[in-house]
Amino acid sequence: MVLKVISANEAVAEAVKLAKPNVIPVYPITPQTTISEHLAKFVADGDIDAEYIKVESEHSAISASVGASSAGVRVFTATSSQGLALMHEILFVAAGLRTPIVLADANRALSAPLSIWNDQQDSIAQRDAGWLQVYVENGQEALDSILLGYKVSENSDVLLPSMVCLDGFILTHTVDPVDVPSQGDVDKFLPPYKPVNFLDPENPASIGSFTDPEYYMEARYAMQEAMEKSKKVIAEANKEFAELFGREYGFVEKYKCEDADTILVAMGSICSTIKEVVDDLRETGEKVGLLRVRVFRPFPEEEIYDALKGASKVGVIDKNISFGVGGVLYNNIKAKMCDIDSYGFILGLGGRDITPSTIKEVVEKTKNPTKDVQWIGLKEEEL
Amino acid sequence: MIEVRFHGRGGQGAVTAAEILAKAAFEDGKHCQAFPFFGVERRGAPVMAFTRIDNQPIRGRYQVYEPNYVVVLDDGLLEVVDVFSGIQDGGKIIINTTNDLKIEEGVKVQKIDATGISLDVLGVPIVNTVMLGAFAGVTGEVSLESLVKVIKETFKGSVGEKNAKAAEIAYKKVKEE
Repeated sequence: MVLKVISANEAVAEAVKLAKPNVIPVYPITPQTTISEHLAKFVADGDIDAEYIKVESEHSAISASVGASSAGVRVFTATSSQGLALMHEILFVAAGLRTPIVLADANRALSAPLSIWNDQQDSIAQRDAGWLQVYVENGQEALDSILLGYKVSENSDVLLPSMVCLDGFILTHTVDPVDVPSQGDVDKFLPPYKPVNFLDPENPASIGSFTDPEYYMEARYAMQEAMEKSKKVIAEANKEFAELFGREYGFVEKYKCEDADTILVAMGSICSTIKEVVDDLRETGEKVGLLRVRVFRPFPEEEIYDALKGASKVGVIDKNISFGVGGVLYNNIKAKMCDIDSYGFILGLGGRDITPSTIKEVVEKTKNPTKDVQWIGLKEEEL
Repeated sequence: MIEVRFHGRGGQGAVTAAEILAKAAFEDGKHCQAFPFFGVERRGAPVMAFTRIDNQPIRGRYQVYEPNYVVVLDDGLLEVVDVFSGIQDGGKIIINTTNDLKIEEGVKVQKIDATGISLDVLGVPIVNTVMLGAFAGVTGEVSLESLVKVIKETFKGSVGEKNAKAAEIAYKKVKEE
């Protein structure tokens, strides 16, 4: 094991190098920029044998990705916030054309007001595009999730793109120790991509063409089926990954949930802080646990229900807001599990720092609920 | 756990300093974490960066509010930022300055003319490696050996050599005082 002290963005770039993509169309945007910079250097130095396409916008980055992937090669791209929003139209095309692109999104708030800081609104807003979505807790998981993303997306039962979501600045610009696996081990896990359907001059075909009402629904149904089938593929990939690399990932991570009266549910880097708080509160005798949702699409409702069913109260944390209804993770859980006594909390939008005392406030308000959805950390004097 | 807060201005290398310190602590066999807080991204704007060092894996993903140590790369920041904010009892603050400063009671202050050293050795007023040398000398939280190794890995060739030398000079200077 070679531990390197690197940022999550550098960890993503290392993973991409190990995955050996053939085409990398990217457009830089804070806080993703260092991913594109590291990859540009890898390509320039000959460490990655790929076409690095300097496009003029994120719309072009994802369009070039769809084109390259349709030609049957492995593709990587990365973006953030406004960039992901600009990709919106083509994200649906990428999924509909069943191109197994892997995209890293450096989670950042959406304008307006303009913010470069972290929340998860950007990727949450793309949840219905047909992409698999994973929210990572740290740089190590960012690296591993890129490799897992290709493994799952390229499986012929899936053929849907993967979005690896990592918290902007909190992960992208934080250095800590990361195990960078060897090329040999990664090659065993991730052999070269063998495309099933691709644009082949020997067998001319057109893709993504005009589809009348006779066929459109079947294409969409096939995507839903693929999303369902991806659950088995993800589970198998996680198992194989654990055997090779010794790190085991699930759809969710249960942290001291077994006997917990109160369970918090969250996604991403905030979960590290929550674990610290759970340990603190356990020392004072409070039975608190954390359920970290790692895979958000496909939505792992069985795993979530299984973890939450024994708790008397559940607090769901969202770093996003669907105006008029509340946090999206909370509403997904509420809709699927109406017998779980759960409450929603909105926090950390636009980079508002989330400290242990913020989390303790969420625990208290989960135990003594007054509202379905509450915002935590608002400055009353500014309202 | 040891928590360090760096104050600098965009372009002075506070973020790089925080990362080098984390990597040097890792070389010493500790767990580490370093991260920046950017205001607006432009040269000259106040920037903070943080380093955590511990014998255990570090989990917290929030800013440092009660640092053991504060490193100030530019004394002009004292007029615009409360660099003493939250510093722990017995905490130490290392400031790049040649001026007489008004210092809060209960805080140990190490002044160093880092700009002078960096101009002498590097020929440019980039003080981050000088301040790290002073940090190692004042606090003993990181070894000079690891610091020099990481500085040379971070800046290649003669730039690395010069920066390592600048750090060593600062280390010796604070040790002598």
